[in-house]
Amino acid sequence: MQGKAKRLTFLGLAAAVALILSYVEMLLPPILTAVPGIKIGLPNIVIIFLLYRFGIKDAAAVSVVRLAAVTLLFGNPVMLIYSTAGAALSLALMALCKKCGLFSAVGVSIVGGVMHNLGQILVAMLLLETAEIGYYMIVLAVSGTVAGVFIGLCGIALLKAMKNVRF
Amino acid sequence: MRGALPHALPENGGFLRVRFGEEMGTNDRKKIRNDVILAVVLLLLAAAAMLFWQLQKTEGDFAVVLIDGVETARYALDTDTEVEIITDGGGTNTLVIRDGEAFVETANCPDLVCAGHRAISRVGETIVCLPHKLVIKIAASTDAGGVDMAA
Repeated sequence: MQGKAKRLTFLGLAAAVALILSYVEMLLPPILTAVPGIKIGLPNIVIIFLLYRFGIKDAAAVSVVRLAAVTLLFGNPVMLIYSTAGAALSLALMALCKKCGLFSAVGVSIVGGVMHNLGQILVAMLLLETAEIGYYMIVLAVSGTVAGVFIGLCGIALLKAMKNVRF
Repeated sequence: MRGALPHALPENGGFLRVRFGEEMGTNDRKKIRNDVILAVVLLLLAAAAMLFWQLQKTEGDFAVVLIDGVETARYALDTDTEVEIITDGGGTNTLVIRDGEAFVETANCPDLVCAGHRAISRVGETIVCLPHKLVIKIAASTDAGGVDMAA
């Protein structure tokens, strides 16, 4: 396989892996029932990898495919609004952080984790017209940071393992 | 380590360089330092916000029920009661007020996050049921009921 076909095949595979990781994450028990929305963000390992190896466009495309598939299989339209806001804000800020060159993939992933949570909280504030739930963000900022470190290290390990694979 | 395997370690970079790669920026000490600063700043911000929130919150007087952002009822926290809140599309959440605290006992929403939430009693605390667009929040008696919804 050559060039474009190989890239496209790999991106399709990446979307499938991201979808599976979304599903695996759903199977995990909630970490803190008092604060909904604490997640590890496993699919972001794939997105980080794509951001570094393929660029923001392909990372965004795979993200869109994952969101569509997750919504069709397990979600509902309201959940799609939340997850899209989280994913979009997260990817945009991760791309920015990668471009500015100040952080490693771990820092980029921390920004992604926190921004994902911030995007969802902002949507919740808009949809529910209640500013008070903003205080969830305190806990979600901490969980986003911790998850970001873990996901960033996983992303680096994946990038390292795939170093010699050419697309 | 260094004494035992001097040839395995590069001049600079250390552990992360050995374990991971170059293109991810992990061999760059400055970037790792910035990562640490970023994480510490975020955690400190959260700690400060938490402290501020803990210090300024006071016991509330009412449990206010908001459906789709609109106040539909409020219940005094000093009177034990049990009400079934019915939202659009047949959603039900059973709000219980007991010992000055409000909590959702049962609900027919798919995720039951609201029912798993601990009891709330302080001003500004909320229980949210996303599927039913329901928010239960604690307010003080000085709050102008329903007037300042968007704040």
